[in-house]
Amino acid sequence: MSDYLYLIPLFPLIGFLLNGLLLGRLPRVVVNIIACLSVAAAFIISVLVFFELKALPPDVRVIEQTLFTWIPSGILQVNFGLLLDPLSAIMILVVTGVGLIIHIYSIGYIAHDPCFGRFFTYMNLFMFSMLTLVLADNFLFMFVGWEGVGLCSYLLIGFWYHKKSASDAGKKAFIVNRIGDFGFLIGMFIIFWEVGSLEFRVVMEQAPVVFIAGGSLITTICLLLFVGATGKSAQIPLYVWLPDAMEGPTPVSALIHAATMVTAGVYMIARTNVLYMLAPDALMVVAIVGAVTAFFAATIALTQNDIKRVLAYSTVSQLGYMFLACGVASFSAGIFHLMTHSFFKALLFLGAGSVIHAMSDEQDMRRMGGLGKHIKITYITMLVAALTISGIPGFSGFFSKDEILWKSFSSQHGHPIFWVVGFVTAGLTAFYMFRLIYMTFHGKERMDEETRQHIHESSKSMTIPLMVLAVLSVVGGWIGMPHIFGVSNFFEHWLEPVMAGGSYEPVSHALAAGGGDVGMEWGLMAASVALVLVSIYFARTFYKTKPQLATAWRKKMSGLHQVLLNKYYVDEFYGAVIVRPLIVFSLFLWKVVDVILIDGFVNGSALVYEGVSESLRRVQTGRLRSYATLFVFGVVILVAYFVMD
Amino acid sequence: MVPVSAYLIVAIVLFGIGTVGVLISRNMIVMFMCIELMLNAANLALIAFSRSLEVMDGHAFVFLVLTVAAAEAAVGLAIVLAIYRNRETINIDRFSILKW
Repeated sequence: MSDYLYLIPLFPLIGFLLNGLLLGRLPRVVVNIIACLSVAAAFIISVLVFFELKALPPDVRVIEQTLFTWIPSGILQVNFGLLLDPLSAIMILVVTGVGLIIHIYSIGYIAHDPCFGRFFTYMNLFMFSMLTLVLADNFLFMFVGWEGVGLCSYLLIGFWYHKKSASDAGKKAFIVNRIGDFGFLIGMFIIFWEVGSLEFRVVMEQAPVVFIAGGSLITTICLLLFVGATGKSAQIPLYVWLPDAMEGPTPVSALIHAATMVTAGVYMIARTNVLYMLAPDALMVVAIVGAVTAFFAATIALTQNDIKRVLAYSTVSQLGYMFLACGVASFSAGIFHLMTHSFFKALLFLGAGSVIHAMSDEQDMRRMGGLGKHIKITYITMLVAALTISGIPGFSGFFSKDEILWKSFSSQHGHPIFWVVGFVTAGLTAFYMFRLIYMTFHGKERMDEETRQHIHESSKSMTIPLMVLAVLSVVGGWIGMPHIFGVSNFFEHWLEPVMAGGSYEPVSHALAAGGGDVGMEWGLMAASVALVLVSIYFARTFYKTKPQLATAWRKKMSGLHQVLLNKYYVDEFYGAVIVRPLIVFSLFLWKVVDVILIDGFVNGSALVYEGVSESLRRVQTGRLRSYATLFVFGVVILVAYFVMD
Repeated sequence: MVPVSAYLIVAIVLFGIGTVGVLISRNMIVMFMCIELMLNAANLALIAFSRSLEVMDGHAFVFLVLTVAAAEAAVGLAIVLAIYRNRETINIDRFSILKW
């Protein structure tokens, strides 16, 4: 079966080509079937190869497949090669699995849009690009997928391109991502310069030999790669595109801007973990950026009123958690959170889509309320997701988030401050999630009468994916229970062969083995659960039982509230510091350099020739005799000249 | 024996008359005749040099010039006829539209 690895990205590509080339000529049903079947086929093959990989002994769990040489150019040899190891196996399962569910959901969501063909074409192209990204066996091929998902993200954010805000958001996402890609590219160049290969296997083998651990070169490479990751995975300072990306259709937000594409940065760092282990300073930067982003985005999410924006900032915050995990060298915890997050965040987004659908395209939570009794399935599934993301014990988010918190405390790269930031963020997360739940599903019905009449539960193709994801959100974390629960952490062991020589492992094992530290782990766990419960209680008080309290608090801290509501004025700041000067500089280049200097030179030389010709053309009188006279004079002069000589 | 310079003086006079005729005449036929005059002046000079230097190259050149002159006369007269059909005149000053 592993020989058919290339079929995994190929099926969505076929779906893309069929739907794309026959755009507008296929009936809706056929388009739906092609789109979903291609992803389903990729999912089935992914499951098969996963089990095949699992059957191998842990230390040889690598399946490589080189299709052909893509760029043979001197020492630069780039293959179209696929690499399946425990890390990419997890990724393809998540991508195809969640992707399949969201494709099915999209059938119902996009049912009233005339552009369904274009939508599914882009979605399949995205699946192809994403699978290329995670299956590539070298940096350059990965970069193809990396750019491909960026392109699809742009196309799908601007899917409703007739809306100016949507096409602007698409452009913003693309441009911000380009800034990150620049860092990724430079990092890739330096790697090739130093190692002479772009293949992951070669680079990871050679890295400890070529680079000095902790040296400035490897640190530079890792930081440059991290710049790429901050762009794609929406971290400070390049996170600004993600909240705006909510202009796209909700399934797109769920698939691309929550579950899969935005986690590409985390995946890339986990993939290159050998390099990062050689650069502790870069790891430190990753951890700090992750922690700050997690906290920063969570505070913004507290005050947003648009249901999708709350979720967008929540995504940024959760991605921060993943980077925090990577930054404390606990890559498997980061990937674990990536997986559980893709379940519950996809569920939250799809649930939000269902709410928006029921509310006749209303996204403002201030005009919702009391929806719980009208759309029960959506309510229950979203409640499950909220409990999961908050980290209630038993739900998957609890295991992954707790693992990150514990690792950020106990890892040799960790620090109690990281734990404190993560801990506070966990409380904020629970608060804003339940604020969302209470504002949307509980309390007074604040919508107008006409919208109220139209409230209805979504169709089966939308509710069934919700239920599947709800189940996954609950059980998905059970494969990665912590050691102190007396079970083996399957997920961590599964990823062990990929992770750098287990250099962090002995530390955490030793800590786990020591009696006092087990107590510590229990204690920290209990503390975070307690904080979450308190936060939920506060959210309930503020937004359900005593709404006047929320208003009073908002008045009392109106300054802070304004700052948060306006997202710390970061967009305005970027606008003033980067965009505005750039526009002024571009205007200078346009009006002065281009129009005056370059055009002036070109037009000026033409004007000179025109003037000279204007006076010279008078010589041509058209009179034959004057020509003959001039000719004779010329001959006389010439003859005179030669005779004189 | 007549010295070669005598022939050359005759040739220069003939050439001068021809040149002046081309420059001052407005009648295309007269201009043609003047051009023939210039050509024959050149022929005379060629023959004179040929005889005085006692080589036959000059004779060969003269035959060439005669041939070219015949061809030129044929084409030139055809052009004059064409112009006359268009303009009902052979005054060259009336035909100065090829300018600017």
